[in-house]
Amino acid sequence: MEKWQGWDKIRYESELSPVFAYEIASIPGGDKLFNCIQCGTCSGMCPLSPYMDYTPRQIIAMIRAGFKMEVLSSYTTWLCASCYSCTVECPKEIKLTDIMYAAKRLAIREKVYPKRFPIPILASEFFRSVEDSGRSSEGRILVRLYLKTNPLNMIKQAALGFKLMIRGRFSLKKEGVKRRDELHRVLKYLEKERMVQSGDDPVMMKEAAL
Amino acid sequence: MSYIYYPGCSLKGTGRAYEESLLSVFKALDIKLEELDDWNCCGATSYMSVSELKAFALCARNFALAERQARDSGMADLVVPCAACYLGLNKAKRYLDEYPDIRKKIDEALATANLAYNDHIRIRHPLDVLVNDIGGERITERVTRPLAGMKVACYYGCQIVRPYADFDDQENPQSMNILVRALGAETVDWPLKTRCCGGSLSGTIQDVGQRLSYILLREAIRRGADVIATACPLCQFNLECYQKEMSRRYDKPVHIPVLYFTQLMGVALGLSERQLALQRLFVPFTAGSVVPETVGGQHVGN
Repeated sequence: MEKWQGWDKIRYESELSPVFAYEIASIPGGDKLFNCIQCGTCSGMCPLSPYMDYTPRQIIAMIRAGFKMEVLSSYTTWLCASCYSCTVECPKEIKLTDIMYAAKRLAIREKVYPKRFPIPILASEFFRSVEDSGRSSEGRILVRLYLKTNPLNMIKQAALGFKLMIRGRFSLKKEGVKRRDELHRVLKYLEKERMVQSGDDPVMMKEAAL
Repeated sequence: MSYIYYPGCSLKGTGRAYEESLLSVFKALDIKLEELDDWNCCGATSYMSVSELKAFALCARNFALAERQARDSGMADLVVPCAACYLGLNKAKRYLDEYPDIRKKIDEALATANLAYNDHIRIRHPLDVLVNDIGGERITERVTRPLAGMKVACYYGCQIVRPYADFDDQENPQSMNILVRALGAETVDWPLKTRCCGGSLSGTIQDVGQRLSYILLREAIRRGADVIATACPLCQFNLECYQKEMSRRYDKPVHIPVLYFTQLMGVALGLSERQLALQRLFVPFTAGSVVPETVGGQHVGN
């Protein structure tokens, strides 16, 4: 049988997750997920669907059927560039972009995103930078991203970095807000309780911050 | 008129030219912009991928600070040029309005730092301010160097018009086209104007991300554009900085200047290259390079 990401492509009903769809649907307005008529407008609108392993329409069907691991370890959710074409066009007003975000958060929490795939690592590095100082330090985030995924690529990108630097568009300076205490108090408060939204739970946030 | 200005992280880094040109243009039009004191990151798309609630909290802190800074004037108009920040802040505002359970938690979190958000915020994009508050006619009056003969592809990108903006159409927005025509230029009919440029994929999954940008560039060139005008630091970066790489990677080379719409405005308003940060561009653009000479009101040249 064909294997994909270590998972068998043929699944038995007993292996599916009966609660997965409800986990995803717990995001604000997420229950519209169950109204999907599988028309495929989302996949047609999506500029990235030709490069995805499952189209957005398939992802919705898979969420509803309980294909939890396939959805969470797919490239699709991470390739979603968050352009909201699908969300705007969906005739059933399903917030597809937000569903993709919910899947990303669950994948980070359960650590099932594709290995060494740069996008979730970028998200975590960005999160860490902002969590710490309140602003993103673009240069530092990129360097850490390349170190963690593909150090060779950094050499390839060095020429671009140099060109940016001489134009004053790239720096390794650490950016941040002045009143960090204030910001940390606000963010810390939200770690105390488990939230209704998928992915927003204290354990995951601590892990992502590491 | 006075507004509070929220720059966001990119406008202090790779998108510096956007900030510099925006401030110069607003100053030339006598619109007062006051930077939000101690603003923090909006969360962008990446933060949302890790924790949505905290992303809303980040935005809410900015709202609270903006209200405090606006003090007596009642409503605070927050001018947000970066498309990702514009969407992020708008989204947070919508969620705080529409979902009381989220609002309650965010209010409690803000209170731990003696902050409060009282719904006195309007999120405004500079395009919205320029077209709806100032108006094309008043801008035309200030034009000293009309961009006559220049063909511009107006690129809005995804995050300004979708899904929360209410100042323009989601599929076929017009505000930038109106503005560019007010400067004397022509706008090309380019249906890809709100199609995604690939966002951060151009740096992470380069073949996929750059292909999306390449499609946009090729179509703009095919439709006769001399220059592309953008309103987002990431779009500008993707469309401009990878042109050499794309030319190597795909079948036909691409070469077209990609400017912030504020830079283009500044050229028409007669501002200097330094004021508009044109020296930061990869693909050079000078006012003289595209604008044909005018002799007796007639356009001469290419």
